[in-house]
Formats: sequence, C-alpha cells, structure tokens
Amino acid sequence: MQHDDVIWDVIGNRAFCSFKVKTKVQNFCRNEYNITGLCNRSSCPLANSQYATIREEKGQCFLYMKVIERAAFPARMWEKVKLSKNYEKALEQIDQNLIYWPRFIRHKCKQRFTKITQYLIRIRKLTLKRQRKLVPLSRKVEAREKRKEEKALIAAQLDNAIEKELLERLKQGTYGDIYNFPIHAFDKALEHQDEESETDSEEEEDDEDVGKKEFVAEDEIEESDLSDFEDMDNLKAGSDEHEESSEEDESEEEMEEEPEASGSKGKMPLKGAVFRKKRAYVEIEYEQEMEPVPKSKAT
Amino acid sequence: CGGGEEQPEHVDAPAEFSFPPTFSVSEIKNKQRRHLMFMKLKQEKRKQKVAMKKKKKKERDALGDKAPPKEVPKTIENQRVYDETTVNPEDEEVAFDEGTDEFSAYFNRLTNPKVLITTSDRPRGRTVRFCNQLATVIPDAHVYYRRGLALKKVIPQCIARGFTYLMVINEDRKVPNGMVLCHLPDGPTAHFKVSSVRLRKEMKRRGKDPTEHSPEVILNNFTTRLGHSMGRLFAALFPHDPQFVGRQVATFHNQRDFIFFRFHRYIFKNEKRVGIQELGPRFTLKLRSLQKGTFDSKFGEYEWVLKRHENDVCRRRFNL
Repeated sequence: MQHDDVIWDVIGNRAFCSFKVKTKVQNFCRNEYNITGLCNRSSCPLANSQYATIREEKGQCFLYMKVIERAAFPARMWEKVKLSKNYEKALEQIDQNLIYWPRFIRHKCKQRFTKITQYLIRIRKLTLKRQRKLVPLSRKVEAREKRKEEKALIAAQLDNAIEKELLERLKQGTYGDIYNFPIHAFDKALEHQDEESETDSEEEEDDEDVGKKEFVAEDEIEESDLSDFEDMDNLKAGSDEHEESSEEDESEEEMEEEPEASGSKGKMPLKGAVFRKKRAYVEIEYEQEMEPVPKSKAT
Repeated sequence: CGGGEEQPEHVDAPAEFSFPPTFSVSEIKNKQRRHLMFMKLKQEKRKQKVAMKKKKKKERDALGDKAPPKEVPKTIENQRVYDETTVNPEDEEVAFDEGTDEFSAYFNRLTNPKVLITTSDRPRGRTVRFCNQLATVIPDAHVYYRRGLALKKVIPQCIARGFTYLMVINEDRKVPNGMVLCHLPDGPTAHFKVSSVRLRKEMKRRGKDPTEHSPEVILNNFTTRLGHSMGRLFAALFPHDPQFVGRQVATFHNQRDFIFFRFHRYIFKNEKRVGIQELGPRFTLKLRSLQKGTFDSKFGEYEWVLKRHENDVCRRRFNL
C-alpha cells in the first residue's frame, strides 16, 4: 500500500533518504524526477503517489506522469508524453494532460518547462559563437620541453652570435660610410698584400717615378700659363687615381677618394713603400703650386 | 665477517682498496653500508678518471707537435641527423619557389609591412603589456582589443585596410602562451607556442625604450626548407630598409627548433668589438603548425604539423 505520509515521515524527517542533500539553509533532492529540486513534502517524488515532471532529452522535452494505479508496476510507473516544439502548444499540452491535477504540480511543471526551453535557446545561441577549445597539457611533456628550451638557450650563446653577426655585417660593408673603423681593417689587409708583392710594386713604382720625373720637367716650362697648369693638375690627378687603382685593386672606393683630398687622416697611418713614394710626388706638386703665386703678387 | 672488514676500513683512508670483480653495490641489504660502499665506488671511479686524464696529457706533451689534434667534443648540433630538406644556397628550385611564393611581394618591395596585433578574449594585464611592447618593437604595428570577434571575419577587414600581418597572442592563466601569425593577402598561417616571456621591466641591465627607427633583422640557423620559409615569415614583419642610425637589431635565433627573439641596441667600439644592450621584450617560440592560406583551423591545408612522436624517435632530429 502507498502511504505517502508514512513515507515522508520516514525519509523526509526522521531517517535517511539517499537523494537528500543537506546544506546549512536548505535541503535539496537529487532525484531525477523531482520537479523543483528541493526536498519538500510536495516535491518529493517518493512521497507523492500522484506526481508529474518535465525532463529534457537531447533538446526534446517530455512530460512524465506517475499515478497511484501504477504504483505496483515500477517498470510502467512513469508515463512519458512528448511535448511539442512550439512553446504555447506545449503549454496547452501540459494543461490538457494535467487537467484535474493539483495546482501546485501544474504550475511547477510549466515553470520548469519554461526554464528548460530558455536554456535550450541559450545553448543554440552559444554554439553559433566561437567555441573555446581546451587542449590538455601533459605535465611530463611540458617539463621536458622546458628543460630542452633551457639547454637550447645555453647552447645558443645568443650574445656571441649576435655580436659575431654584427661584426660580419660591418666587415662586409652593409653599413656603408657611417662608421670610420673599416679603414683599419682594410689597412691591415693592404699591409698583407703589400708584404706579399713588395718587389713587384717597387719595380712598378720605379717605372712610374721615371715617368713622373718627365712630367715635372714639362710643367716647369709651362709655369706661366695657369690654364695649362690646371690641365696638368687634372692630368696628374687622373694619373694619380689610375695608378692607385691599378696598384690597389682590392681597396674600396673610400681609398680612392682619399688621395684626392691629400693630407687626410686616412693617409697618415698607412705604411709601406708605396705610400712613401706617393708622398714624395705630392710634395713636388706643392712646390709647383707655390711658384705662380709670388709671380701674381709681383704683377 | 662483513662487520670486521668494515671497521678497519673506517679507520684508515680507503687508499689500498680494490673491488672484487663480481661485486655489486646493490646486493648489500644494509642501507648505511650500501651507501658507504657506493661512495667508495664513486671515489675510485673519479680517481681512475683523473689518472687517465693525466696520462693522456703526459702522452700529448711528450709527442709535442706530432700529437694528434684535439678531439672535438660531441654536441647535439654536431650529431644532428642530416635533414634532406636542408637548403643549399645555390638551389635553383628553392630560389624559384621563393621568387613566386606569398612573400615575393614583400621581397620585391611591392608592399610595406603593416601589422595588427591582438589577443584572445579578455586578455589579462601581462598579455596586454606584452602586446604593447611588441608594438613598439615592430614598426607600423597597431594593437586592437579583441571584442570576442571571430578571426575569420576579422581577416577580410584587415585585408581591406591594407594590413600585411595579423598577430594573435593567445593567453592562458594570465600569461601569453601562444601566437598565431598570419600573413594577410593569402599567406601562410603559423601557430607558435610562446614561452619565457620577459617584459621590459623584468630585464636586467636593460637600456631605454626603443625608438621609432626601423631595426635590423638577424635570422640565425634557419637551415631546412621549413626553416627558410619561417625566416622569410619573420623577415617580412619588418620594413625593408633598416635605419642604421637607430642602431637597433631584432634577432630571431633558431636553436634545436626553439626560436629565440631578442631586441638589442648595438654600438661599435672599434672594428673588432661591438657592445650590445638588451632592450625590449624577449620570448621564445616553438613552431606548432604551418598552414597554407589564411587562418582556417577546420578546412585549412596544413603544410607541417608538429607531431611529438616523430621527434621522440630520435633526439638528434630537428625540423627547422
């Protein structure tokens, strides 16, 4: 026999109910057929022989009903009615099925149904938005990766690598004329070159000196004519560059430019037989420049 | 008898001590004695090692000039398994590919880089600061707040506004941990794991803030075909002509598949020495996947995906 009051007295008040969850303020009921989720005399599905709930399965809502006539047949106890997808129609269905049922159950059923439809709508809206994919991390793997990274960092020797790369770029001249250092590097390269081919260069210079001496003689004859002198200057400058380019094939453009601006700092540190003879030639030029000046003063 | 043996050995130093050949430390049941024997074993081994070294050194000195050259120690880089996709500098196929790939527009100076930096949803302070610092490092970079927008919808708008790169910093547990770098017109999308992020405040002996000058770019150790495309990906972030006046350099250094990013200011003290001072953020990247085309995780065509079991097989095999 179904004595609801006795059942409630036992499970609700005195003894143990496995579905009951006690908290400080309230008691909850974990029974899946419970309509409100609270542990009450009117909400307990065990202590009410006439009971109804709404449950949702994969987006479909069903109305479950239990009547006392079927209390002896647990397999057939709950009657399942599929509710329509239309909200209003479903409410009418609930009303039709629960006609003549207690007000409390009817009201709570409709409330529950409303809540369920609201959260189903929310689910559908959220699935359209961006989903956050959670990727599980394995602790061992992460620790391994971290260690590998540390070892790789040590092996990389970043500072050294960067400095080396920058110096390489400086040597190759990607920075152009910004820095004045390159001279030293090329001076040293020059020195090496000169030491290798000293004898050859000396012979060449001897030949050139011979030629230069002839040149000087011509100039002395044409001192009075300034225009001619200018031409001689240009010729000399041209031959100057030509000689230098022929001798110093591997020098940069900077080197060729510098001799024109004679007496520049770049020339001074250079050593070697080549440049001493060049300097001698330059001195001769100056002597010639000086001579016409006093003549103009006289006139 | 074991106890009897033990005590005299305690008293004198274990000088004349040799282990019988069938002796194993693990068979002693008593923990203290086992520990003692193990220590002794270790000392023995160390002594033998030192003796070997001395002997070798003596031999080498004795031979003088005729001594065989010193052996180069084995490192992981030395022992690296030869990768058949390593790029040969004169490879024509590679040169042709590079002439016609997605970056050719940049390398032919048709486009200027313009970078959009954003984050995942609801970024925390650290990530936001990281984005801002990245924006100072990369010239012509703009940081935008991600208001929950879908990337696929963001990308056409970016293209319309002339951006060449989309960089998304992913965040987890208040720390940046991933980066999606997407080259825009229809370029490849690279997904990286970001680690060891150091913001400017946390750097020791750092310099002042970076200026607006375009930095130089250094790309180290990108040897394989995949590494090459990565190198081009990074190079295209920065403008073509670095302003040497600024003396700033951004470095992407690949070592064992980890790409270390550093940002320095350099000064040449003389032609042999250069001083560098670190400014700017630093982080390490590890490539997780390279996808052809713009960001599309579902239907995209992946050129390369990191598979851990491939690298577990051989510790000397690297991809970049």
